[in-house]
Amino acid sequence: MERTALDLWVGAFVVAGIAALVVLALKVGNLSTYNVSDTYQLHAYFTNVGGLKPTASVRSAGVLVGRVTEIKLDIERYEARVTMSIDTRYNFPKDTFANIQTAGLLGENYIGLLPGGEEQMLKNGEAFKQTQSAMVLEDLIGQFIYGKPGGNGSGSK
Amino acid sequence: MPILKSFRLVGHRTVNAVWRLGYASRFFMMTMFYSGPSFRRFHLTIKEMFSSGVMSLIIILVAGMFVGMVLGLQGYETLKRYGSESALGSLVALSLVRELGPVLAALLFASRAGSAMTAEIGLMKATEQIAAMEMMAVNPIARVIAPRFWAGVLSMPLLASLFSAMGVFGGYVVGVVLIGVDEGSFWSQMQDSVDFNHDILNGLIKSLVFGVAVTVIALFEGYDAPPTAEGVSGATTRTVVESSLAILILDFILTAFMFRGD
Repeated sequence: MERTALDLWVGAFVVAGIAALVVLALKVGNLSTYNVSDTYQLHAYFTNVGGLKPTASVRSAGVLVGRVTEIKLDIERYEARVTMSIDTRYNFPKDTFANIQTAGLLGENYIGLLPGGEEQMLKNGEAFKQTQSAMVLEDLIGQFIYGKPGGNGSGSK
Repeated sequence: MPILKSFRLVGHRTVNAVWRLGYASRFFMMTMFYSGPSFRRFHLTIKEMFSSGVMSLIIILVAGMFVGMVLGLQGYETLKRYGSESALGSLVALSLVRELGPVLAALLFASRAGSAMTAEIGLMKATEQIAAMEMMAVNPIARVIAPRFWAGVLSMPLLASLFSAMGVFGGYVVGVVLIGVDEGSFWSQMQDSVDFNHDILNGLIKSLVFGVAVTVIALFEGYDAPPTAEGVSGATTRTVVESSLAILILDFILTAFMFRGD
């Protein structure tokens, strides 16, 4: 059996197809920024998560440091308990401030972390002490119409 | 009794359709069962990949490029109203990777390669080449059908990825080079919204399923075609119609499974 021109063409076709897939994965998809490194879990309680969804990003100073893995209602506190997995390369002080932010006016919700100044760091399974809930646009409009003073959404503890 | 006659016709059609479906399933199982030779003698499959995959490259690449360019233009016009032109990248990439890449590549593949497969096998049957093979104790399913099946199944995901990649490039050319959307936000928004497992792998699975559906329909129609000129032409038409419908219906079902509820 000898090599033929046909083999060359089919080989080139397969190589081109796989190259297209690699381009899709790296350039179009998120595989290049895919975090396979170790993570640890942190929790945060919010009075209102707004439009936050699992897989939403967790950012500190705009840098992606982790992802939201689970959102559920805590029956004892009647607050939303958000679990997020944070890259082990990043540690945050105990008094870090977690708030739900919106990318642009109508964009996706994400969690922003504002580190405090304490010496001790948050460990796996611990919770953020200070949080700020999502800004719900309808509430803001309601406050505007009925003339109530603002800041209702900031239920910091 | 015209009423009775029409009832009889409906019943006949239904029974015939179920009969054909059963025969097609048996044909599919036989193809799977006799696929060994198409891997042991891989040059048979290579030859078919050339005629169905490589020869479809031009139409796939050109169509992908233009679909991406149209998406870029239309998406820009719509997104501009909401002041979110920077989301153009994710619009183009998501619609291509999830839907348009697999579906349009499969539709083009069905009309470019599927019809050719049907006509070829139908003519082989009409000129009694298939019967001659059986006389020589060569299993026509193992020798003729299975290599074509595997060639189609292997080619389809590659063609769909090429289609999507070309489409993204077309969207880039129109959006960034011609219209002037910011290049950084085009790519970064795209990478933010396209997930490898959720979007790209699911698109690949879709194209694999479409590849199986199209090739099975094309091969079965050819194998089942009446051995006349009219029969072969009718089978070729049915291949294009049936596989296009199968692609669109399967796409709905797969989309409902893959992309619901998030």
